[in-house]
Amino acid sequence: MSAPAKVGFPKAVYTRPESLVDVKSHFCPGCHHGTIHKIVAECIDRYGLREKTIGVACVGCAVFLYDYIDVDVVESPHGRAPAVATGVKRAQPDKFVFTYQGDGDLAAIGTSEIIHAANRGENLTVVFVNNTTYGMTGGQMAPTTMLGQKTSTTPYGRDFRSDGYPIRMAELLAGLEGTAYSARVAVSTPAQIRKAKESVRKAFEMQINGMGLSIVEFLSTCPTNWGMKPLDAQKRVLGEMSEYFPLGVFKERKQADFA
Amino acid sequence: MSAPPASPSKRILTKGNEAICLGAVAAGCRHYYGYPITPQNDIPEYMAAHLPELGGTFLQAESEVATINFILGTSASGKRVMTSSSGPGISLMQEGLSYMAGSELPAVIVNISRSGPGLGGIAPSQGDYFQAVKGGGHGGYRLIVLAPHSVQEMYTLTMLAFDLADKYRTPAMILGDAIVGQMKEPFVASPYDPASTVEKPWALTGCAGRERRNVKSLHLKDNAIEVHNWKLYEKYERIRKDEARAESYMLDGATIAIVAFGTAARVSKTAIQWARKEGIAAGMLRPITLFPFPGREVFELARKVDVLLVIEMNTGQMVEDVRQCTPLHDRIAFLGKPCAMPTPEEILERIRQLAGRKG
Repeated sequence: MSAPAKVGFPKAVYTRPESLVDVKSHFCPGCHHGTIHKIVAECIDRYGLREKTIGVACVGCAVFLYDYIDVDVVESPHGRAPAVATGVKRAQPDKFVFTYQGDGDLAAIGTSEIIHAANRGENLTVVFVNNTTYGMTGGQMAPTTMLGQKTSTTPYGRDFRSDGYPIRMAELLAGLEGTAYSARVAVSTPAQIRKAKESVRKAFEMQINGMGLSIVEFLSTCPTNWGMKPLDAQKRVLGEMSEYFPLGVFKERKQADFA
Repeated sequence: MSAPPASPSKRILTKGNEAICLGAVAAGCRHYYGYPITPQNDIPEYMAAHLPELGGTFLQAESEVATINFILGTSASGKRVMTSSSGPGISLMQEGLSYMAGSELPAVIVNISRSGPGLGGIAPSQGDYFQAVKGGGHGGYRLIVLAPHSVQEMYTLTMLAFDLADKYRTPAMILGDAIVGQMKEPFVASPYDPASTVEKPWALTGCAGRERRNVKSLHLKDNAIEVHNWKLYEKYERIRKDEARAESYMLDGATIAIVAFGTAARVSKTAIQWARKEGIAAGMLRPITLFPFPGREVFELARKVDVLLVIEMNTGQMVEDVRQCTPLHDRIAFLGKPCAMPTPEEILERIRQLAGRKG
């Protein structure tokens, strides 16, 4: 009898990104930070940026960036990540610099810093995670909280008459001259994850090519503070969140203002 | 405005604010960020004119809040970096200063202070003493605080501030005021002689060939924040022990010793000279570092003289630190003038009163 034919393993088509630290995630079940971290790490790997990247972490759940992404990371005060990133990039223009910010950080306390960094056309990449609430502090109202959404500080639901409207940052920043790229993505389906990665790649390329500030807004979940099961949280992203915060590219520069 | 000095030990006639810029540039600072506020605008204007030609970066921020965070980012990159402002702007920087102290990041912060509280006025003042030497921001920390009283010191103490900030990995402040900032006098722009060359193995430069690094002030695990605070405390104790500086001025045989810093000390020197001519044995201990406060010198001096006359351009802030340094409180007198410079005549009059003489 002839020996049975060797069964070879197929070539690996999916591996852990080199820039992602091999640790267990501490985030809540159903939270999207892990997926978003992975997309960022994959894009760092793709462009061979791991050894020349400096990440800027903000406060809130997003601060733990430095536990997961295997690059140099500086921590910034609440909302100030675009300013800290400006200081890093101006001192080291040859490095790749990105911020990783939540909605309270970028759209409330840090609106001044993000608007002016974008308006200056700082050559930075911003990863903006919008889950319509303050996660780490226990689910208070964010500037992106949906009308009618109950949070611990809008116990009767957000009412525009007292609390204003949810703010659309990707569209707002797209209106600034210095913004090179502004897009909103989601990661609630495999197809969305693929598209999101394309957007982050595009945002990275903008910085690599010196085009100005690039931002990718992620619609993300917070099942714990939303009081939802993870699958229901995905449905919320695909439903009411995507309706108010449409996915898409709102600005894409074709060339820099300077050669 | 004059260009940075090319030749060593050049004698220059200039403003105090510009001397700070010359000192910073001499010390290798090539990164400046700031936001305009009176009475320190000469500093960003000088840096805007000269840093680009030196291959450096000047950037006017949208606010002092952004400014101090530009500073944080550039400092985390391992570069020497400076900002300047005045009282209301320094208040806005306190958040970032607390983070920088917690993250152990060096930088030089210049406060050409004005009158407060609030919007106050643009008159010179020493009303920011508490804010400067007691931390100012949240969480409990210290800044190294240097108080120049001449254009010469605006230059030399700025160079020293960069060295001390790097040596101890902590922000250092130059606490001046509108008078020492705006007055012109000749000074010697001696070449920069670094007190020590400090490596920065903590700087974030991309993790090529090494493990990744973090610069942060958040410590959540177990008792990590307690450990971190004891580490900071020990650092501040080392600074107290090794870095206190003061000038003794005409203290030989003195029975009345003024304790004053900055512009108040400058004016006091004239009054002391006049008093000596009248046969009153006056002198002065001038703290050059406000943190660390020269407590040992104050303690020794209080035992020797009849009166310590504390003079400040506020209603009494440093006088509290003087009281802490000696149990002989009945020997401490105070002359304060909030938001204005005391004149030599006013100081002389007080010296005469304390000496038991009439003018």
